[in-house]
Amino acid sequence: MEYEPVIGLEIHAQLLTDSKIFCGCSTKFGAAPNSNTCPVCLGMPGVLPVMNKSVVEFTMKMALATNCRINPVNRFARKNYFYPDLPKGYQISQYAYPLAEAGYVDVEVNGDKKRIGITRIHMEEDAGKLVHDERSPSSYVDLNRACVPLIEIVSEPDMRTAEEAAAYLRRLHEILVYLEICDGNMEEGSFRCDANVSLRPIGQAEFGTRAELKNMNSFRNVQRALEYEISRQQYVLESGGAVLQETRLWDDSEGVTHSMRGKEEAHDYRYFPDPDLVPIVISEEWIGEIAKTIPELPLEKRERFVREYDIPPYDAGVLTATRALADYYEETVKCSGMPKGASNWVMGDVLGHLKEDKLDITSSPVKPKDLGAMITLIEDDTISGTIAKEVFGEMWKTGNPPGKIIEEKGLTQISDSGALESTIDDVLKANPDQVGQYKSGKEKLFGYLVGQTMKATQGKANPKLVNEILKKKLSAL
Amino acid sequence: MKITKHEVEYVAHLARLQFDEEEKEKFTSQLNDILVYMDILNKVDTSGIEPTTHAIDLTNAFRDDIVKESVGTEVTLTNAPDKFGDCFRVPKVIE
Repeated sequence: MEYEPVIGLEIHAQLLTDSKIFCGCSTKFGAAPNSNTCPVCLGMPGVLPVMNKSVVEFTMKMALATNCRINPVNRFARKNYFYPDLPKGYQISQYAYPLAEAGYVDVEVNGDKKRIGITRIHMEEDAGKLVHDERSPSSYVDLNRACVPLIEIVSEPDMRTAEEAAAYLRRLHEILVYLEICDGNMEEGSFRCDANVSLRPIGQAEFGTRAELKNMNSFRNVQRALEYEISRQQYVLESGGAVLQETRLWDDSEGVTHSMRGKEEAHDYRYFPDPDLVPIVISEEWIGEIAKTIPELPLEKRERFVREYDIPPYDAGVLTATRALADYYEETVKCSGMPKGASNWVMGDVLGHLKEDKLDITSSPVKPKDLGAMITLIEDDTISGTIAKEVFGEMWKTGNPPGKIIEEKGLTQISDSGALESTIDDVLKANPDQVGQYKSGKEKLFGYLVGQTMKATQGKANPKLVNEILKKKLSAL
Repeated sequence: MKITKHEVEYVAHLARLQFDEEEKEKFTSQLNDILVYMDILNKVDTSGIEPTTHAIDLTNAFRDDIVKESVGTEVTLTNAPDKFGDCFRVPKVIE
């Protein structure tokens, strides 16, 4: 029998606010354990949470960017359970009245576009962090993360392959980062993903029994875990077994999922409205104000780059990976008028140097204005492409504009045919054997003679001119 | 009966409470009385009325996203039944 996987994802994204969702403690990552804490996030008796307005606005941004309907009234609820990282014994979340519902994003897999539905987006507080020590019978609790704002984004079970799931995850990730409401760091846990996956015979409408996958902390692991789980469930079904509804943990080193069976109890969270937090009422005006702050999103930007700058979709994808990089590229285009040249330099030398120096595009020592100027200098034949590499290296080191470097180092291209003619005469005289072989048909040696000329001019000769003069002189011999 | 002893045991377990048999019987009967009393309220016609979650008619009580000073690790751990370094220490929770 042929089976079809059905996949839905639950994503938790930490919002980039300065303070926590219900108190004024800092959300900064990496502080000393239990130092960003106060009576509210420690769950002391008698304290009251007060809603951080930015959390509502950030969540509204995500809702608008993913085509969701924003509910005019939303409320908080208590999700009750006991765990050492949860000081109050309940998590403040949203249940019956989430901020947003019924949205979608479009993804592309192998050239096919597909629309993935978003069931809901709601706001909640994060729990603290548990630190485990293998050699000790204890666990350690750090409550800095308790009460840090999260949004949970729940998808419809619309994905049918691991690849689609990974594409959806990447799309949401880039939107969150573009909106500057989440840093998207998967290792530090500010972007986390759980997956629900089940199999059903092709043509059957009802879903099969699903397993919930956890512990996948990279895009690659999400895809690998889903691929593994799909084949595991297929094997179970084909050998006449039944898939159990359970939570399974992805084991990165073994490349398999393990059942959490035995440790899990049936969850009964007994949600009820949180009496400490009043309802949030969102007016059309407020939505309108937030809508004005939504920047051009990655997919739109990508399509515009292809259209406006006539660059390949792949290049557009690389250049729009972050908003800062896309801005850098567009500024370079504006300063040079050369979209293709700008794309080659940004994707090649700029990204290469950034990676090597472990820098972010915003701290690039070469500014778009100077890169643009350099590209213009190549275009008007002031410098050759080879010299440009040297100039760029120097710009990266010193932060100086290209004009200054070219002048100081005397790197201007030799486009004076008189000067080049005499250099080429010298080259031809110095290489009689190669000239002879060229004349007898070994045309490959033309390149060698060009190389010798470039070397004699320390790379400063205009290559187009060298080609011309060399051809002329050789055919006259 | 609106509630059985079995349900009392279940709710007690969720709340991590332990009761002896006598207490279980007592709470079953008490909770039953409360639920029977609720039936009186259920007789009120509430059709067309939004469920009420708050007694006061207040919405959008916000604070601005501004960091305030925290109380610090030492104060945070003052009442900890057990601690180690800057952390609360609890019995191992996984594996």
